[in-house]
Amino acid sequence: MPESMLRFENVTVRFDQLEALKDVSFELKEGETRIVMGAAGSGKTVLLKTAIGLDCASSGKISLFDQEIQGKAERDLFDLRQRVGVLFQEGALFDSMNVERNVGYPLLTRRDVKGSGKKAAKVDMAATHARIQEALDFVELGQTLKLMPAELSGGMRRRAAIARAVATKPPLLLYDSPTAGLDPITAYTIMALIIKERDVDNTTAMVVTYRYQDGNLVANFRYNPEDGQLVPDEKAAAKTIFMVLKEGRLIFEGVQEKLESSTDEYVKKFVKRD
Amino acid sequence: MLDYFKGPVQGLQDFTTLAGQAIGNIWRRPHYWDDILIQMDTIGVGSLTIAVFTGFFSGIVMALQMGRALGQYGQTERTGEVVSIILVRELGPVLTALMIAGRNSSGMASELGSMKVTEQIDAMRALGIDPIQKLVTPRMIATAIMLPCLTVIADFIGMVGGYVVSALVYHLRAHQYWTTTWQALEWSDVVQGLLKPFIFSFAVSLVGCYYGLNTTGGTQGVGKATTQAMVTASMWIFVLTAIITKIFVSST
Ligand SMILES: Nc1ncnc2c1ncn2[C@@H]1O[C@H](COP(=O)(O)OP(=O)(O)OP(=O)(O)O)[C@@H](O)[C@H]1O
Ligand SMILES: [Mg+2]
Repeated sequence: MPESMLRFENVTVRFDQLEALKDVSFELKEGETRIVMGAAGSGKTVLLKTAIGLDCASSGKISLFDQEIQGKAERDLFDLRQRVGVLFQEGALFDSMNVERNVGYPLLTRRDVKGSGKKAAKVDMAATHARIQEALDFVELGQTLKLMPAELSGGMRRRAAIARAVATKPPLLLYDSPTAGLDPITAYTIMALIIKERDVDNTTAMVVTYRYQDGNLVANFRYNPEDGQLVPDEKAAAKTIFMVLKEGRLIFEGVQEKLESSTDEYVKKFVKRD
Repeated sequence: MLDYFKGPVQGLQDFTTLAGQAIGNIWRRPHYWDDILIQMDTIGVGSLTIAVFTGFFSGIVMALQMGRALGQYGQTERTGEVVSIILVRELGPVLTALMIAGRNSSGMASELGSMKVTEQIDAMRALGIDPIQKLVTPRMIATAIMLPCLTVIADFIGMVGGYVVSALVYHLRAHQYWTTTWQALEWSDVVQGLLKPFIFSFAVSLVGCYYGLNTTGGTQGVGKATTQAMVTASMWIFVLTAIITKIFVSST
């Protein structure tokens, strides 16, 4: 029985008058990858932020790693959040730090598991450094340690941000629009990285995107460690669940096959094969 | 009518919460010493030039005005006395704080505002770091240390400016100017002259950070936050100086 990583039960998120999420329920199980699709403003980003308590639900129940998070004070969420890697929509690298320090940041601020609020007694600098290098090599940015975010291209920034998200090897990853605004080749590279992360570290993930090709890759390919390429894989489809949001409502949830046979006009617009 | 007040009241409430948390963090770990030092450098060292400039010219202008006015009563030699009292009690603290508000409140608002709209603040929270602890408290501490220092420097440079005018325009001797300048100051003036910048520093840093952290609406929002921070901090400086001066005037 796979563990529950994230559970939404009738969650509504309200900003003043506007309801960004309406009565959303789903459960993300260990080993699953969920592809979240929806038009601009449909609440995809809010969904991810609510999952780790950055935005607050006005009603409903959210459980992260089987622990309820609403009503908890910000400080009490820190330990849970450190088990989640997040790629923000625009990358959100810290402008004032170079790539190395950006990627190292989650490693250096990681707290004691006992949660006394103190930093881990002694941070092993050599190990930290090796891990930074490893994370950057993973996204093929091993040569850019000393560059500032402003000196990177859009695609490189996105990859550096992925390196930061995976640096602590969190069991759960949330990717917000990893391929938005990128050319098809870079977008493919980034999706390949996400699939590689899924297959190498066995992570659970939510991937927000409005490109159907992205979901298609995740659902049908796996990472081949021998040559570093993606190869077709029929087993991936079963653990890839698609979700479609429309104006804050979850209107579809299911595997690719079910998505492609959907008759809903809105859902059909997202399913384009080329 | 009630709706009209809802915005400001909510704003004041949020501001008080932020101030409470920022101050509470002083006693809470972790402390970000490097950030405090970096901020002390930007606020203190970075603003030295404008503090010196402001002090020097306000000293010159005051000596010119006062020397002339006092001359009508044949009391030109008391110029130094008047210059030092007004500088230390009022003009030094207020003008320096206004300059620092213009430079640093707006700077903090735009820096934190850009971090807010590019989700860097969210990224921090996601990494388990309290943005108030990491961003606001160091700025608050650094300003509270540096603003009184800058004010003392501005006061002193202002007296030098006053001396330059007294010597060149009113032909006062150095000894005459400086003894009256020192003797004029009482302990309560010094206390007032240091307490004011210390209190202003909270308006400067917390208002800047408040507008920064509450920025919405992309890059345009950052511009708006920057202006609002400067205007609000400046208004607070005027209100606070009136209140503090009133307290000192009635108690001495
Ligand atoms: N902090 C906030 N305050 C007020 N409204 C917000 C806030 N965050 C999001 N919203 C609103 O919630 C709705 C959903 O926003 P969200 O960012 O989740 O959209 P999205 O699906 O991620 O869109 P995109 O594809 O453009 O990123 C939007 O109408 C947005 O204006
Ligand atoms: Mg979004």
